Amino acid sequence: MYSRVMSIGHTLLGLLESGPRHGYDLKRAFDEKFGHDRPLHYGQVYSTMSRLLKNGLVEVDGIEAGDGPERKRYAITEAGVTDVERWLGTPEKPEPYLQSTLYTKVVLALLTHRDAADILDTQRAEHLRSMRILTDRKRKGDLADQLICDHALFHLEADLRWLELTAARLDKLRQAVVSA
Amino acid sequence: MTAPAGSLLAAQGLRKAYGPTLALDGAEFSIHPGEVVAVMGPSGSGKSTLLHCLAGIVTPDEGSITYAGQELATLSDARRSALRRSEFGFVFQFGQLVPELTCVENVALPLRLNGVSRKEAERAAVAWMERLEVDDLRRKRPGEVSGGQGQRVAVARALVTGPRVVFADEPTGALDSLNGERVMELLTDAARSGGTAVVLVTHEARVAAYSDREIVVRDGRSRDMERAV
Repeated sequence: MYSRVMSIGHTLLGLLESGPRHGYDLKRAFDEKFGHDRPLHYGQVYSTMSRLLKNGLVEVDGIEAGDGPERKRYAITEAGVTDVERWLGTPEKPEPYLQSTLYTKVVLALLTHRDAADILDTQRAEHLRSMRILTDRKRKGDLADQLICDHALFHLEADLRWLELTAARLDKLRQAVVSA
Repeated sequence: MTAPAGSLLAAQGLRKAYGPTLALDGAEFSIHPGEVVAVMGPSGSGKSTLLHCLAGIVTPDEGSITYAGQELATLSDARRSALRRSEFGFVFQFGQLVPELTCVENVALPLRLNGVSRKEAERAAVAWMERLEVDDLRRKRPGEVSGGQGQRVAVARALVTGPRVVFADEPTGALDSLNGERVMELLTDAARSGGTAVVLVTHEARVAAYSDREIVVRDGRSRDMERAV
């Protein structure tokens, strides 16, 4: 499984690219766009933001004093933008159940006016690289090898079918994401 | 622009329009001897047009295609036809065997069209049918064999002249997984061992996994993923 902790950080960073936000706004934006089945806890947002702050990927843009606790407004730094860029451009290790990470990357790319088709192309290439290795192993192996490789190949193929369908619907998704 | 060093077949800046529809819009391609390159992309992206241009079946509106150092556009129609008969082989989705001929006559056909005697052509055809594991079908007609068997006969026909390039357009599109994979194994093994280049148009990832690298075509433009990553 992909690391949800890692991708939450990058997702929050990506959401900050459109402008500074409070922790509460970030949680709301995350839940609306990516957290349908698993909304973030406030604690996750604040622990993630303090990690990003410590690593210099965000900075405090302002503090509002109120009746309750202080509300910090966060802004992404240049290093943060570079980090999002690198994350979006790095293909995920091909493995089953990748869709949520890939979906997040595609939506963030559209939100930040990057080339989402490019991300899908890079991921396809990474998947095919794995599929070539498995196909080669299958050709040289015995029946047990063939069956084990086939299982992995069918899962990777399912990912790729999702990827092709997403690529075909990028224009619609862009409209939906930008107008949301 | 010049073709990449060592390439057998290369295309640069290909543009092709069918009426108002732009099928290719600056597509690039190159392949080396013995290499298997998958051409992928959604339906209508221009991948079949790219294959037809590379094979000299369709003439692009703009751009250059070089085969073994020669510009295809400078060759006469007769020379291009001769090239397709003797140096190129073709495999299509539905075999496209001649129904009136037996399987061995189908495989021998490209040699016969090149003036080879019946005896010699059929001897070579049988050798290829053995390699493709369909030599027991030699006296059957295409209507009497299964889809997978027919496609192996079509692969034997594509390879019988010892072509330098095989163009395969969705060669497993009409087959089940097991037959499709066997066809791909036999086609790529035979091609690699003979130094034949294979241009493989497919939308199936499991088929593309038999290639050495892939080119993605979208909206008539190509992207070489090996060079891009």
